[in-house]
Amino acid sequence: MTRARYREGARAVAPIAVAAFTFGASFGVLARTAGIDALAATIMSGTTFAGSAQFAAASILGGSGGIAAAVLAAALLNVRYAPISVSVAPLFGGSPLRRLLEAQLIVDESWAVSRRADGRYDRGLLLGAGLTLYVSWVAGTAIGAIAGEALGDPADLGLDAAFPALFLALLVPQVRTRPALAAALLGGTIALVLVPFTPAGVPIVAAAVAALLGWRRP
Amino acid sequence: MSEVWLLVGLVGAATIAFKSVGPVLLGGRPLPDHVAGVVTLLAPAVLAALVVTQLVGGDREIVLDARLVGIGAAVVALLLRAPLLVVIVVAAAAAALARALV
Repeated sequence: MTRARYREGARAVAPIAVAAFTFGASFGVLARTAGIDALAATIMSGTTFAGSAQFAAASILGGSGGIAAAVLAAALLNVRYAPISVSVAPLFGGSPLRRLLEAQLIVDESWAVSRRADGRYDRGLLLGAGLTLYVSWVAGTAIGAIAGEALGDPADLGLDAAFPALFLALLVPQVRTRPALAAALLGGTIALVLVPFTPAGVPIVAAAVAALLGWRRP
Repeated sequence: MSEVWLLVGLVGAATIAFKSVGPVLLGGRPLPDHVAGVVTLLAPAVLAALVVTQLVGGDREIVLDARLVGIGAAVVALLLRAPLLVVIVVAAAAAALARALV
């Protein structure tokens, strides 16, 4: 019964798993621009398992933004996993270590496919989908990073232009609501204004202030 | 080299902690509403800032270069609903081509 649910979860994300593999491969290639080698890139995918934050950290470190800004920006992008993990918390049981390990399979896509029509979440779907995506993401990173080392200079390949395109592609599905669009416009403006005056990395962290638009009176 | 491993370790630890908040720390209790509202807007705000800084950011200056050609091509690809990988490759190729021609 449960095993069937795992398989169903794996099937539900199969098309996304292909995308996760190619996305992981692009992370492996682009991580080189930040001086992150194949081993470090693969271990990062295995421990962080959150694409946008990994790309953000790599792009800031590569753009001489410093390690503090890189870590902070990645953390700000991943804070969303706190409320997401809260929404599925009842699905997890057993020892704290087991819950900790299984919780790492929570990503945007596995969370989305495990939501049923009645608004509740399905444990088998979440873990089956999460594990499928995890394997694709880590394997993609390793293969991309190793293949990337055979490619030439990142700047000659236009890889510096790949980053803004990537972040734009990740942003588009995030701004379907008016508050999200307002936060994006304000965040982008804050960053643009600060770029000439602050060290690289600071504009990105400062833009997080725009999220306060979502504050609701307690 | 050690800076890279510090980055890998810290980003990994932070992400593992965030994902564990519900299943391990709170044990099923919900987050307060006013906090949840702010958290959902963090991703769009930070991603928009990343678009801007990666597109025109320089060393404490605004730099307009081949990256603009790349993002223009990416917008076209996005409007045509191209998959993510195609969007990235199109942007990189357009920027590389623009550099080769100028």
